[in-house]
Amino acid sequence: MNFPLENSGMWIVVLAGVLFGYFIESAGLSSPRKLTAQFALRDWTVFRVMFVAIVVAAAGLWLFEAVGWLRFEALKVPTMFFWAMALGGALLGAGLAIGGYCPGTSVVALFSGRLDALLFMLGILIGTFVFAVSYDSLQPLYQTGKGPAGQTLAGLTGLPAWLIVLVLAGAAWGGFRLGTRFESRRGGVISARDLASSGD
Amino acid sequence: MTERRPQNFLPPLAAGVGLGLTLMAMFLFTGHGLGASGFFTSVLAWLGASAAPDWTEMNSYLGNYLGAVHPLNTWLSWELAGAAIGALAGSLIARRFRFRIERGPRTGVGPRLGYAVAGGTLTGFGASLAGGCTSGLGLSGGAVLAVAAFVFLIAFFATGLLVSTLTRRIWQ
Repeated sequence: MNFPLENSGMWIVVLAGVLFGYFIESAGLSSPRKLTAQFALRDWTVFRVMFVAIVVAAAGLWLFEAVGWLRFEALKVPTMFFWAMALGGALLGAGLAIGGYCPGTSVVALFSGRLDALLFMLGILIGTFVFAVSYDSLQPLYQTGKGPAGQTLAGLTGLPAWLIVLVLAGAAWGGFRLGTRFESRRGGVISARDLASSGD
Repeated sequence: MTERRPQNFLPPLAAGVGLGLTLMAMFLFTGHGLGASGFFTSVLAWLGASAAPDWTEMNSYLGNYLGAVHPLNTWLSWELAGAAIGALAGSLIARRFRFRIERGPRTGVGPRLGYAVAGGTLTGFGASLAGGCTSGLGLSGGAVLAVAAFVFLIAFFATGLLVSTLTRRIWQ
């Protein structure tokens, strides 16, 4: 086997998209009330789903590489632009706390009947337009804090990838326990029935 | 009556494992992960090319999204078409699909829509600046242990926590 395959065809991308949408919706992450309850520390579903997904995918990719079925260096690893990514991440955090979604969840939300997601998408287009207009003047921001091309945590720390995956798995386990303690104190996880009975 | 009630959500662990395996498969088959925000840039480039073709082509950001093929003819469009199908099928089968303006118990429809546009605007600017969103940079970058992804995710959660102290009353 020689992963990553090239020219897999669009049907595989559509299929991955179906599963992506299905798992986000099934976890309840199409609800802006549930998404924002993460930041209120009332419902830790966002943290749990994301962290588990990252650990599972990272462990799987490591395994494929370890047995020689995957050329890891052929995978797309984003290069760090520290200030652009820190500021961008901060704006997405604020955007979720105010608007209730991120780009992917807004698509899933719309297709589970949430019409407010359309307005969020309109906002994304406005924000992207503002960025496009100011693109040239933002260039200095990219040049300060640019990291090595495609750097991973393994490359940064010199530790083996399996150890980093193990540390992340441990952090996820700790986060699960911490989350359970907060959830019992702050009103608890928001269920599908809670959302159905609210009069919106 | 009981069968009309919505099914509850999958446990986060199960959904996370499913999403993680999907993400891994995407990397194995295409070499990249999942994404979302780039689609909106393509939509803007397409709208711009129709409304103001010269300006859009000259713009150093949107110009990159115009080429020989239609700007919406990207893998992200196919992936999100799939995501729409998955979300629609999943929510219908589990009886969770319902047209609504979802909002907190103390927030009116008008303010909710205003917050949606405002939050979306910050998100659109932020995702363009970061070169990705929670899926494309956070999740997919995280899966390949990219330093960039963890810088993004830490800033995302820290700022979300902070801003949430002001916006909690909108939602809870």
